[in-house]
Amino acid sequence: MENDLNLKATELRLGLPGSDEPERQMIPRPNKRTLSDIVSEGSTSTTEEDHQDTAPPAKVQIVGWPPVRSYRKNCLQGKKDEVEGGTGMYVKVSVDGAPYLRKIDLKVYRSYPQLLLALENMFKLTIGAYSEREGYNGSDYAPTYEDRDGDWMLVGDVPWEMFISSCKRLRIMKGSEARGLGCV
Amino acid sequence: MEPSELKRSKDSPNSDESTRRSSFPDEVLERVLSLLKSHRDRSSVSLVCKDWYNAERWSRTHVFIGNCYSVSPEIVARRFPKIRSVTLKGKPRFSDFNLVPENWGADIHAWLVVFAAKYPFLEELRLKRMAISDESLEFLAVSFPNFKALSLLSCDGFSTNGLAAIATHCKNLTELDIQENGIDDKGGSWLSCFPESFTSLEVLNFANLSSDINFDALERLVGRCKSMRVLKLNRSVSLEQLQRLLVNAPQLAELGTGSFSEELTFRQYVELESALSNCQNMHTLYGLWDAKGIYLPALYPVCTHLTFLNLSYAALRSDELAKLLAHCPRLKRLWVLDTVEDKGLEAVGLNCPLLEELRVFPADPFDEEIIHGVTEAGFVAVSFGCPRLQYVLYFCRQMTNAAVATIVQNCPDFTHFRLCIMNPGQPDYITNEPMDEAFGAVVKTCTKLQRLSVSGRLTDLTFEYIGRYAKNLETLSVAFAGSSDWGMQCVMGGCSKLRKLEIRDCPFGNAALLSGLEKYESMRSLWMSACNVTMNGCRLLAREMPRLNVEVMKEDGSDDSQADKVYVYRSIAGPRRDAPPSVLTL
Repeated sequence: MENDLNLKATELRLGLPGSDEPERQMIPRPNKRTLSDIVSEGSTSTTEEDHQDTAPPAKVQIVGWPPVRSYRKNCLQGKKDEVEGGTGMYVKVSVDGAPYLRKIDLKVYRSYPQLLLALENMFKLTIGAYSEREGYNGSDYAPTYEDRDGDWMLVGDVPWEMFISSCKRLRIMKGSEARGLGCV
Repeated sequence: MEPSELKRSKDSPNSDESTRRSSFPDEVLERVLSLLKSHRDRSSVSLVCKDWYNAERWSRTHVFIGNCYSVSPEIVARRFPKIRSVTLKGKPRFSDFNLVPENWGADIHAWLVVFAAKYPFLEELRLKRMAISDESLEFLAVSFPNFKALSLLSCDGFSTNGLAAIATHCKNLTELDIQENGIDDKGGSWLSCFPESFTSLEVLNFANLSSDINFDALERLVGRCKSMRVLKLNRSVSLEQLQRLLVNAPQLAELGTGSFSEELTFRQYVELESALSNCQNMHTLYGLWDAKGIYLPALYPVCTHLTFLNLSYAALRSDELAKLLAHCPRLKRLWVLDTVEDKGLEAVGLNCPLLEELRVFPADPFDEEIIHGVTEAGFVAVSFGCPRLQYVLYFCRQMTNAAVATIVQNCPDFTHFRLCIMNPGQPDYITNEPMDEAFGAVVKTCTKLQRLSVSGRLTDLTFEYIGRYAKNLETLSVAFAGSSDWGMQCVMGGCSKLRKLEIRDCPFGNAALLSGLEKYESMRSLWMSACNVTMNGCRLLAREMPRLNVEVMKEDGSDDSQADKVYVYRSIAGPRRDAPPSVLTL
């Protein structure tokens, strides 16, 4: 229909004649998952952030969909890490109240439980279990990380692959500040 | 024995009953009944008359409880005094996908305490989706001297310390099966806790665990347990170590390999192949993590008599799968990743005519960028080559109504049809129509269908079809589907054998929920989340049906009147007392 009427030819636009702007999709800048969000607008790879103008709309990550057990997810992600190889991904880890920082290689771990266990062993503390709803509620500590945008995020919200590609450093928060994170 | 037949005899006049009783001594009846294994048959038997009820309950040795909250341990112990084996299931299935709050319940401990008092000779415990702590595992290990078999599937709350307690104390253990659990893996030292004198193990599955175990301890354990028939290793066990184990255990019937990918010398490869070829009893192969195509030929000697091949952790390409399947003519069950693509599935159709079960899992379920995986073409190819298919689980990114119609025409014997089109609400990608006709074809053609999972864009028409044709349907899973209450009403009205219904993100509201009022007591459970059900609707249901437990889980920040997640189940134990604050029992 549109072709027959050639609406484009008679369209009033600002801009030089002959210049045809491609259909622009207005994509909101992908929000990272803030602590109170359950569903996030997740981008699938870092390159997408650079090409926001022509990238397809950010996919909404739905909880529990597709129905693949988390156990299975972790197994497969481990394999991809091995295939990619690389020279390691060391990030600084700080714990509130500790005199000095440590460094860990994120590539060594294949899943959140493995990482959290390593942190617990390294710093002799208990972080406990993650729940989407409560965060690390009940624990004196909450693991957080700084992502590429400089925001401090709660560890555990996004898929593992997305986490290790965006994590720049870790900070284990302590005490009342940490508890507050679980119930925003 | 048809349940209806038995019910008739229950209602027959007294004189018939008393003559029957006097000519049929209780001991004989109990003896006969002890040969009955199916718990459904036993339930039917117990309904005949009071004598048969008593004979049945005294002869029952295994009890299956599909919902741990439907009954209390005290009631079970009172009715069945001679139980040796218990199977218990806990959380709703959607807890596997993080839809159930962490501390929801289904803790085994209260059960163990009663069992320790009433069933001191308990031998087997099989749990699915239960919470079990290390303390409970230790309690279990020391409370039952005859304990033989522990199977944990999809459970959580425990660590490898609990396993250490089992290994240390259970002198008669024959089975330790740890599958797909949320286990806190603190290291592999638990395996070394089996005493050197311990030789009874027949089934050992620790594939779920990631830590390294002490290989020497494992080698000695496998060497002295001559009856071992199932061994499923974890990823930390190397190919070279696998070969050493197999040399000592050629009698194995089921093997889960460890990692299948290190660098082997030619001599090591030959030794591995030789060890595998000695395993003449092997019918199940599992694991094969990170499988490298070049080592798969070592499996060929075993492939000829394989009936179950689980490649869902090995990201094989289509050509690698095709080469392997050429050696597996007797395969009945196959699990693969969608990395094999449609071409790999064509090879399935060509090589495995006896196939009864196919599961295709997505390698990258959350990555929208991926355009590989399998399509309708692969499924159709399998259906042409494998007419005996009964069970399918298929994750794909595109499907058509026509393809599904062809598939069920080729394979009318489906009992389990679980199709997951991964983009929610996606229509037939060629015609752009809803997928109603696809599932219509499934329920019309597959009269033996017991379990169905639907996906894609679906209107109420799908549910009209289901209600009208799926007369043997017992389990139905629905997500992102339907247009109105009418859809769910059709299902509740038409599917007389329905036992489990789980629904998420559908436009079904109170009218739909309440249309099943009469039905829920004959079902195990109903789950509805992110639908249009309100608290008032739930309260009404709870008030009208006092023998149902109606539980609502509220989400943070949601409207007070909305019932975000609803779980309804029948129970003779009354409302549960261990619900966390986020779960409201109405």
